[in-house]
Amino acid sequence: MTIIEALDIGLAFLVLGVAGWTIAAHEAFTAVIGYVVYGLLLALVWVRLFALDVALTEAAIGSGVTGVLLISAAVRLRASEAEMMHERLGIAPRLVAAALCLVAAAALAAVVLDMPDPGATLAPQARQPLAELGLGNAITAVLIAYRAFDTMLEKVVLVLAVIGVWSLSTDANWGGLAGPTRLERTEGPLAFLAQLLPPLGIIVALHIVWVGANEPGGAFQGGALLSAMALIVLMARLREAPAIGRRWLRVALISGPVVFLAIGLLGFALAGGFLAYPLGFAKPVIVFIEVFMTLSVAATLPMLVIGPPDRRPS
Amino acid sequence: MKSVADIFTIVAVCAGSFFFLAGTVGLLRFPDSLTRLHALTKADNLGLGLVVLGLLPQANGFLGGLKLVAVWLLVQLAGATVAQVIAEALRRRGPPP
Repeated sequence: MTIIEALDIGLAFLVLGVAGWTIAAHEAFTAVIGYVVYGLLLALVWVRLFALDVALTEAAIGSGVTGVLLISAAVRLRASEAEMMHERLGIAPRLVAAALCLVAAAALAAVVLDMPDPGATLAPQARQPLAELGLGNAITAVLIAYRAFDTMLEKVVLVLAVIGVWSLSTDANWGGLAGPTRLERTEGPLAFLAQLLPPLGIIVALHIVWVGANEPGGAFQGGALLSAMALIVLMARLREAPAIGRRWLRVALISGPVVFLAIGLLGFALAGGFLAYPLGFAKPVIVFIEVFMTLSVAATLPMLVIGPPDRRPS
Repeated sequence: MKSVADIFTIVAVCAGSFFFLAGTVGLLRFPDSLTRLHALTKADNLGLGLVVLGLLPQANGFLGGLKLVAVWLLVQLAGATVAQVIAEALRRRGPPP
């Protein structure tokens, strides 16, 4: 066994250990921290599998933004948590749950162990038309060209999620403000970080979106970074999130799916099919879509994290 | 066959790992949150600093090295801020009973 193999096995056990610890944790807050650590370790696993695009997404969305979302949820639930701890499931539902988990785990294990070696792969077919599309990253080609329809629907789901969160608002606060309030005077380390980091973060995010065509990166990862910058500014209370009634916010939220859909429909006229890109002109079109998807993701994720509006716009 | 650069890398990364180990031991063994924070920041500053320093000769050109140093500086900035924020929250909560 080489030293790299030993490290990989150690990493796998570490992931399993942290997953078990997260499930066993009593307090919600502890479990969330476990989940964030689990996500970061999982990102390392993806790096070891040479899936850098997935690793970036896992670290940014799975661990980062979801982590913030879950932490704020855990803090909100803290008041009622002690009460919930007393609630215990009866023995019968527990046994049923355990049996279901065992069956699911056994089925998954059987499928994994039964896979042919070497596994079936579409990688050569995915790489072959890359030059025609003008792309260097096969992942981006899969996401925006081969299965563009799925990616477009994913963006629609994000918008639906925001509508779902907003619909928890009371009638009185509809169109109002959500998230932390702005302070007149801010000081301290967090305010310092929130002033220093965003310019850097924005540059890195744009870089990640731009290189996504040829190297690991893309709209989702870049958009997640942008939304992280927005969240730091909100948490440091330097600025307030825009009221959810603001027109520009809503336009930004839907811009990704709308542009995607419009270009998809244009495909009928220019390239003979829904979401077909004109030959020799695919890359500019793909980058154009990615820019608006980035904007959409960057607007969506902070709105999901800060939750429904809880006060009138002042 | 190892060149001087490779030996430098091995020594510096090992030294960095030592600081990570020491920081982890401190995190597990120190008695209260403030001293645990102290142990943690050492791993961030010196541990990662030495690892980055050791990896510089192996970096992919000047730009690659610059990215490594940028990673170190960003982790420094984030680590220092998080330590301050946690310490501030601890002070607001008051001394442990």
